[in-house]
Amino acid sequence: MTLKEIADILGATFITEPDNPDLHIRSACSSDMMSAVLYYHSPDSLLITGLTQLHVVRTAEIAGIISIVFVMNKRPDERAIELAGQKKIPLLTTPCCMYTASGRLFRAGLPGCSHK
Amino acid sequence: MALNIEGTIEGSSQLIGGDFTTAGEASTLLKVKLTELGVAEDIIRRAAIATFEAEMNVVIYAAAGWLHYYISPQGIRIRIEDMGPGIADIGLAMQEGYSTAPDWVREMGWGAGMGLPNMKRNSDVFTIDSVVGEGTTVEMVINFP
Repeated sequence: MTLKEIADILGATFITEPDNPDLHIRSACSSDMMSAVLYYHSPDSLLITGLTQLHVVRTAEIAGIISIVFVMNKRPDERAIELAGQKKIPLLTTPCCMYTASGRLFRAGLPGCSHK
Repeated sequence: MALNIEGTIEGSSQLIGGDFTTAGEASTLLKVKLTELGVAEDIIRRAAIATFEAEMNVVIYAAAGWLHYYISPQGIRIRIEDMGPGIADIGLAMQEGYSTAPDWVREMGWGAGMGLPNMKRNSDVFTIDSVVGEGTTVEMVINFP
C-alpha cells in the first residue's frame, strides 16, 4: 500500500511532505509503547501512535519504520518534525483514533507487523 | 556490499540520565558506522535495537553511563555501563512484562518490561551484571554470519 493511499484511507494530512508519495508500506504496527514497537516491528512498516515525543521518531529510525501516523489530530513538536525531516521519515496526522485508523488500514489490506 | 573491516574499530558515547532529547543518538551513531562498514541490514537493525533499549534504560534509570562498541570482522560487541540504582533481581527483570518504571516513564512510551528481553533477543551473547546502589553493566555480542 502506498503512503498516498494510506493518507486517503485515514483522511490524514502530511506534517512533513514525503519525497515519494508512492512509497510502498508493507505492514503496520499500532502502539504507544516504544519497546513493543521495537519488539514487533517489521522493515518498511508504518507506525500508528498517539505519542508525539522526539524519541518516537528515533524509535522509528532504529526499527526501520519508514513513516509515522499520529492519531486524533496529534502533532509532534518542532524538534521531532525536524528530526523526521533529516531521517526522511514522512509524518502524517489523522483525526481517527488508533483503533479506527488500524481497522481501516487492515480492512484495506495492510497487514500487521508479524511477531517473529 | 562487502564487509570493510580490518582489525577492531572502537567507539564510545557518554550517556546522560534524564536527557530524553539526545536519547538514541549513540545508537544512531553506531548504526551509521555499521552502515559505512557494509554490515548487513538485519544485523544493523538487531544491533541498533539492542543498543537503543540499553541506552534508554540508562536515560530512564541512571544518573549517567557509557556506551562502548567494538566492531571486528567477526561481529559487534557492545558494552553499556551505568551509574544507576542497580537491579536487585535480574531473573525477575529479564521476564517479559516486568517493570519497575514509574508512571511518568510509561506515559513517555517506555517501561513496558520489554527492554532487557529485547536486548537479549537481538544478541547472540547477552550478559548482565548489576550491583544495587552502584550500577549495571550489560554486554551484548552480535556475530556476523
